[in-house]
Amino acid sequence: MQKKVIYEFKSVFRENMDVIGFKFGEGEKSVCIVGALRGNEIQQMYICSQIVKKLKELEADGKIKKNKSIMVIPSVNNYSMNIGKRFWQTDNTDINRMFPGYNLGETTQRVAAGLFDKISGYEYGIQFASFYIPGRFIPHVRMMDTGYEDTEDAINFGLPYVMVRSPKPYDTTTLNYNWQVWNCKAFSVFTQETEHIDEQSAQMAVHSVLMFLARQGIIKYHGHKGYTSTVISYESMVNIKSDQAGIFRRLADINEEVRKGDVIAEIIDPLDGEVKAKIKSTANGVVFFVHDKPLTYANTTLFKIIKTSDLK
Amino acid sequence: MTEKVVSVNLPVNESLIIKKNRIIPKGGEKKGMRRISIVTGIHGDELEGQYVCYELARRINENIDKLTGIVDIYPALNPMGIGSLTRGIPGFDLDMNRIFPGSKDGSMAEYVASKIIKDIQGSDLCIDIHASNIFLTELPQVRINECTKEKLVPYARKLNIDYIWVHSAATVLESTLAYSLNSIGTPTLVVEMGVGMRITKAYGNQLVDGIFVLMKELGIWSGKVITPKKPIEAIDNEGRVHFINAGHSGIFIPEVNHNIMLKKGEHIGEIVDSLTGTIYEQILSPCDGLLFTLRDFPVVDEGSLIARILEMKED
Repeated sequence: MQKKVIYEFKSVFRENMDVIGFKFGEGEKSVCIVGALRGNEIQQMYICSQIVKKLKELEADGKIKKNKSIMVIPSVNNYSMNIGKRFWQTDNTDINRMFPGYNLGETTQRVAAGLFDKISGYEYGIQFASFYIPGRFIPHVRMMDTGYEDTEDAINFGLPYVMVRSPKPYDTTTLNYNWQVWNCKAFSVFTQETEHIDEQSAQMAVHSVLMFLARQGIIKYHGHKGYTSTVISYESMVNIKSDQAGIFRRLADINEEVRKGDVIAEIIDPLDGEVKAKIKSTANGVVFFVHDKPLTYANTTLFKIIKTSDLK
Repeated sequence: MTEKVVSVNLPVNESLIIKKNRIIPKGGEKKGMRRISIVTGIHGDELEGQYVCYELARRINENIDKLTGIVDIYPALNPMGIGSLTRGIPGFDLDMNRIFPGSKDGSMAEYVASKIIKDIQGSDLCIDIHASNIFLTELPQVRINECTKEKLVPYARKLNIDYIWVHSAATVLESTLAYSLNSIGTPTLVVEMGVGMRITKAYGNQLVDGIFVLMKELGIWSGKVITPKKPIEAIDNEGRVHFINAGHSGIFIPEVNHNIMLKKGEHIGEIVDSLTGTIYEQILSPCDGLLFTLRDFPVVDEGSLIARILEMKED
């Protein structure tokens, strides 16, 4: 294993921000794994740290295949990580909206450019991502429908679902999109948490990456084979929203099967405790996403449900 | 007349309400009457538009007999952002100007965006007023995506601003309010002026004068208007706009004022180290030209924008 400074940023009063990468094996650039691009992606950083630990052991046992190399970067925005802020410390810009970056541009464009230069040219790119709406997902691999996506490879993670989503204009500056445009097969892996560590889903993510590396012929690794993934479309999922705001009392969790008409949540009046609304499922299916904050606005997506018909 | 554009319940005994003030002629609204929409406050830290909205409404109210069309004023598209000194939408850390046209079935923010679009759609002209951010001071200017320049530059020339900047298209900007409205046939000008968290009254008055010129042009105002100043025009892809970014993190000390003509090599300021009393970097003008953007916030990271200069000869 080689521990390298991938990118260095000099601040006014803080110590330099060194973005650290761990390189395993030698030879062709097989896979690059990126963890936290944002300062609150603790779970994403943790998963990568656990992958580094496992790869260290595998390398010591001679399990990295010949002429294959792996790069793991657990955390990029260390400055924000250390002050509990999601985006860049000064101007609040998002590094994951700056790719492929510009080395003569503004600060986070430069960070993105410096990083992208070092993480380009790999056959596969894996990013541990987070969603802007607070909530928990069934662990899954997410891909954008860019014409470059490869769902056959995504199945090799052995996670329950592979989700394909049409890109929106703001997606064109994300790492995943730019990796794909630059001929890297890119996957975003979503687990259950962001700001807290969920050990179970973190270990599931670590294992899924190792299985993927093994199935792509990059490492030798034997473990639980995981799930036979179902490929689903983001657009075909059913959104369940509430027209009431208040305290959110969840009655169904991710992975649960629900039927049309089941009460899956209640909205409680925060002052008098009365139930203002009973939230019912509008489809038969499996809960894929749940809102996980105690308060909710009206018109907020509380659940996303994969329809039973899409699971056939 | 104050109207609700959209209302969404918040968790604890409050609603998010976006309001507009519809001002109509004394004789009432008539079919076929022309309409202008003035919007601001998408970014909660940009407040220059607040004075413009106030002053526009005040002048119209004082001369209501001169009003011959409809004026819709939306002073706060992101009221929770303005109230909490937050640029984006509080609670989501989301830039509201990256979610248009929104969706009535989407998240709360997307739902709000869709209702805003629906309400403004059909205006004969919309002016979306921004104030850069807390870091930069801007000369009053209109920014136009090159895809819409044929339609929008003639309007911008009458708005009494100093500068028109036609910039190249970027996919990511397709999520802005202006792009969304222009794409559905509602011509929308984006004004940038002043600096975040502040009001520059002179710039506000200058823009209000220009809005009356356009209102007269559209048949919405019959009163007297000024002759608008002739703006400088620049097309980004001709390479005439120079960006100066900090080469070093430090404290930026400006040596010039905003809105002046610079000579190539002229001193703009320096980036210094307040710990050791040394200079990291001298900032010099790369060309003869107009300093139309200048750093206001002293702390800079490597890459922070210090200035933008439009290359031109003084005459």
